[in-house]
Amino acid sequence: MSRLRLYQIVIVAGFVLLLEALCLAGVIDRVTMPPPHIILRDLARLVLAGRYFGEIGKSLANVLAAFASAYLIGVVTGTILHGYKTVRQILDPLFATYYAIPVFAFYPLFIVMFGLGDGPQILIGFMLAIVAVIITTLNGLDRVPAVLKKTARVNGLNALQTARLITLPFCAPYLLTAAKLALAYAFIGVIGSEFIMARSGMGYEISYAYTNFDNATMYPLILLILLLSIAANSLLSHWERVLLARRGQT
Amino acid sequence: MQKAAGATFRNTIILIVGLFVFWELAYLLVGEVALRSPWQTIQFLGGLMRTDLFWLHLADSLKAFAVALVIAVALGLFIGFALGLHRLSGDAMEPMLVALYSIPKITLYPIILLAFGIGISAKIAFGAIHGIIPVALFTLSAVRATKPILIKTGRVLKLSPTVMVREILFPAAVPEIFTGIRVGFSLTLIGTILGEMFAAQRGLGYLLMNAISLYNIDLIMSVTFLLIVLAASVNTLLLAIDRRLHHG
Repeated sequence: MSRLRLYQIVIVAGFVLLLEALCLAGVIDRVTMPPPHIILRDLARLVLAGRYFGEIGKSLANVLAAFASAYLIGVVTGTILHGYKTVRQILDPLFATYYAIPVFAFYPLFIVMFGLGDGPQILIGFMLAIVAVIITTLNGLDRVPAVLKKTARVNGLNALQTARLITLPFCAPYLLTAAKLALAYAFIGVIGSEFIMARSGMGYEISYAYTNFDNATMYPLILLILLLSIAANSLLSHWERVLLARRGQT
Repeated sequence: MQKAAGATFRNTIILIVGLFVFWELAYLLVGEVALRSPWQTIQFLGGLMRTDLFWLHLADSLKAFAVALVIAVALGLFIGFALGLHRLSGDAMEPMLVALYSIPKITLYPIILLAFGIGISAKIAFGAIHGIIPVALFTLSAVRATKPILIKTGRVLKLSPTVMVREILFPAAVPEIFTGIRVGFSLTLIGTILGEMFAAQRGLGYLLMNAISLYNIDLIMSVTFLLIVLAASVNTLLLAIDRRLHHG
C-alpha cells in the first residue's frame, strides 16, 4: 500500500518536473504556459491577496445549490420510483441514454428562458447530477435483502418508516457514491456553464483571463479548480472505502 | 428475449411521446418569448437543413469528432492494455485516472487553445481528452478480469506482449472494451461540442452560441434538438450492440 502511494507520488512529481524542465528549456514557450513554480507562486499571491474570494465563494455556493437540490430530489425520486415498476421501465431507456446527451447544449436555451444569472448554471449542474443520483439510489435499493423487507412488513412499518429505518440505512454506501457523483457533476455543470457564458464565477474569471492573455491569473485559477475538485472527490472516495470496508467485515 | 425486446421498444415509444408532450406543455406554459413548440422546431430544422451553411457547420463538427474519437480509442486502448499488463502501474494509475475523470475538464480548454491555437486541432484535442479516460478505464478493468488460465496459457506458450494482447487479452476483453468505446463515444461528442461552444468559428456548438447573441430561439432549439436526437439514437444503437456482446 505504501509502495503504491510512493509510486503515485513519483508519477505526479515526475510529471511536474517534466513540465518544469520543458518550460525552462523553452520547448513550451512562456506565452503558452509559465513554468509550474511560477504558477504556484502566482497562486500563493492570489490567495494571500484574497482577490478572487468573492468569485470562488459564488461558484462554490452555486455548486452546493446544484449538488444539494439534485441529491435531495434524486434520492427521493429514486426511492419513490423503486415502488413503481412500470414507470421505472418506461424511464429506463432515458436513464441509459441520458449521459450520452450533451446537457450543456441546453445552456443557451436556459439563458434565453431565465436570463444570464445563477439560475441556468445551477440548473445545468442539477440536470447533470440528478440522474446519477436516481440511478445509484435505485441500484442500492435493488440490493436490499428480502429478509430485511420482510422484517419491515412483520413489524408493520409503513412505506416512509421502511425507507427511513431499513432500506436507506442499508443503502448508505450507495448513497455516498451518489453524493460523490452528484458533487463531481455539479462541479462540472456550474464551472462549465460559467466558462461558456456568464458574468461572474471562477469559470468566468478563467475565460476572462484567457481572452486577455493573462496567464498569471488563468493558470493559478485553473490549478485551484482542479485541486478543489480532486480534493472533494478523494475525500468522498476515502469515506466510501471506509464505509465499504466496514460493511465487508460485519 | 423477443418479448423483452418488444417491451423495451414499447417503453421507448411511450417515453419519447411523453417527452414530446412535456415539451409541448412547457411551450404552452412559457410561450413564444423563450420556447418553440416541437412542431415549429422540426419545421425550422427542416428549413435549416436546406441551407449550405448548416451542412458546412455539421461537416466541421463531424470531422473534428471523428478524428477525436479515433485518437481517444487508440490512446485509451494503449493506456488500458499497458496498465492492465503491469500490475503495480495499473494499481497506482487507476485512482488517478478516476480523479482526472471527475474534474471539470472544460477549465483545461484555454491551455489546449494556447497549445493548439483556435481551430480544428484544439477541438479534436479537447474531444479526445474527454474520451481517452473512459476507454482506458474500461480496458484496464477488462484486462484485469481476464481469466488467469488464459494468461497462464499465453505465458506457457511464451507469447510476446504484442501477440499476447492480439491473440488472448483483446478477444477476451471485447465486450468490456466495447462498453468503454460506447461511453468514450458519447463523451468525445460532448467534448467536441463543448469545445465549439467556447472558442470556435465553425461547428454546431458555435452555431448554438452564435444563436444566443442573435437571440434566435428557433435556431437554438433546432440545433439543441438535432444534437440530442443524434446523440441519443447513436447511443441507443451502441447500447443494443453492447448488450448483445455481453449476453450473446
